[in-house]
Amino acid sequence: MRAVLGGAAMVTVVISALILFVLFRGAIDFFRSIGWDFGILVDDSAAPGWFPRRERFDLLTIVLGSIVMGLLAMIVAVPLGLGTAVYLSEYAPPRVRRIVKPAVEVLAGIPSVIVGYFALKFIAPNIVDPIFSPDQPRNMLVAGMAIGVLVVPIMASICEDALRAVPMSLREASFGVGARKSTTTVRVVLPAAVSGIVAAFIIATSRAIGETMVAAMAGGRDGSGPRVLSPLEPGLTMTAAMTNAAGGTDQVKAGAPFQVLFFVGLLLFVLTMSLNMIADRVVRKYRQKY
Amino acid sequence: MIQVQAVQPERTAESSVVFSVRDLNVFYGEFRAVRDASFDINENEITAFIGPSGCGKTTVLRCLNRMNDFIESARVEGKVQYHGVDLYDPQINSNEVRRRIGMVFQKPNPFPKSIFENVAYGAKLSGRFSKTEINEVVENALRQAALWDEVKDRLKASALGLSGGQQQRLCIARCIAVKPDVILMDEPCSALDPIATARIEDLMQEIKKDFSIIIVTHNMQQAARVSDRTAFFTTEINPESDRRTGVLVEIDSTRKIFSMPSDERTELYVTGRFG
Repeated sequence: MRAVLGGAAMVTVVISALILFVLFRGAIDFFRSIGWDFGILVDDSAAPGWFPRRERFDLLTIVLGSIVMGLLAMIVAVPLGLGTAVYLSEYAPPRVRRIVKPAVEVLAGIPSVIVGYFALKFIAPNIVDPIFSPDQPRNMLVAGMAIGVLVVPIMASICEDALRAVPMSLREASFGVGARKSTTTVRVVLPAAVSGIVAAFIIATSRAIGETMVAAMAGGRDGSGPRVLSPLEPGLTMTAAMTNAAGGTDQVKAGAPFQVLFFVGLLLFVLTMSLNMIADRVVRKYRQKY
Repeated sequence: MIQVQAVQPERTAESSVVFSVRDLNVFYGEFRAVRDASFDINENEITAFIGPSGCGKTTVLRCLNRMNDFIESARVEGKVQYHGVDLYDPQINSNEVRRRIGMVFQKPNPFPKSIFENVAYGAKLSGRFSKTEINEVVENALRQAALWDEVKDRLKASALGLSGGQQQRLCIARCIAVKPDVILMDEPCSALDPIATARIEDLMQEIKKDFSIIIVTHNMQQAARVSDRTAFFTTEINPESDRRTGVLVEIDSTRKIFSMPSDERTELYVTGRFG
């Protein structure tokens, strides 16, 4: 039994190592085929962009795309997620909590492709188009908002854990000097839970940046595009750039346009792993002992 | 769900009576935790609530500043009058009740903030004080709580770095700083060593000229040492549900309770033969 379980653990570790190995190998192949010319990664032409099949690899295009959509996602996810968490932890009667909490968990279980369709069929026509009338129905705002919806559950659930970990005795101390419930929440409970809330934010950001399906479906670009900043423009994330090139009519199979995806993957991996490590550090450093 | 009874003509509260409690019943859901407690609490006295575990003394204490409001299933019946005002009248602002009737808890519960911020917390909420006035309020409260000399050089340090006894005195200072009329203490020394306990007891004697104090304690010697009056609670087993309900047996001067109580159950308890 012990050997079987140990073997399972071992296989998991080996798989992680293999993924890293494949990413590194691909990335090195890419740099070989561009002759270690790092200048190619920042396009300083008049119309910079990510056009891998024309061997134009402006990293800034897809990194900015990821950042813009990640920011938009967090603008949606922070108020909704933190608000849900505060409501569930501080205000909801047990009866309501028993309904709302599973509902939030259901949202967490919805496959992202469905959220992608939700973006195209609801967020774009009913929210973004009437308010902002963008040129294209698919754009970074639509995708960013949908990614935000997708990361609300993780934001809500980690924040709620942090809030519920604040001992009741602190709330009572605040009530005991005549503080209102809202004051107690803002002045005592939220500050005491700040490390968990910051960690939730970082982990949710990491998820948002790693989200692929929604960014590819609703972002509005198929594997290539110019460098843009405006949320109302179609845009390309690192993840969408990778997935569009991996299948379908835009598929690329070899050479630098193919190998660059491994480099982007490695970058994405390093980015999300750093965020998770920062979150871990924040929790450790600022953990309250109450 | 708080039932407020119709206002009945009641004997006018004498100026020396802070609380007048009549037929207090407390339920947690279906379970009756306290049955028919009636008693008066006098101003500028220390009243001790004693009795075995589960006798409802803490539950009764928490009715006196509506702290039970936060327990979803808790329901209070009967009349709790504070200076002649029905505390459970729907017109009453329960936050204001808790500002006037402060509370010190069993386990020291300082906020994870600085010593200064802990004491200033309640005073700042009122918005009535300027910054310099807040400094004064904090200093006075810490002096009254006999903590000033120990912390005056590290007001900005975290309150969590204080010893247990210091933390509890800080909690008393935090309570005093909002200038309450009554301080409810729920076993304030149960987590402290004998020396820290003695300091809190001395402190109670010091501040009782300014506040009315009600202390719940498991420790009969403590009740005998510090209190002017003592209320003895005990448990009755409900024959239907086999659950224990707390009842107030008697309340009288502490000397009388410990030397010649009116009720045999009190005598058995204070002489250590029961409970």
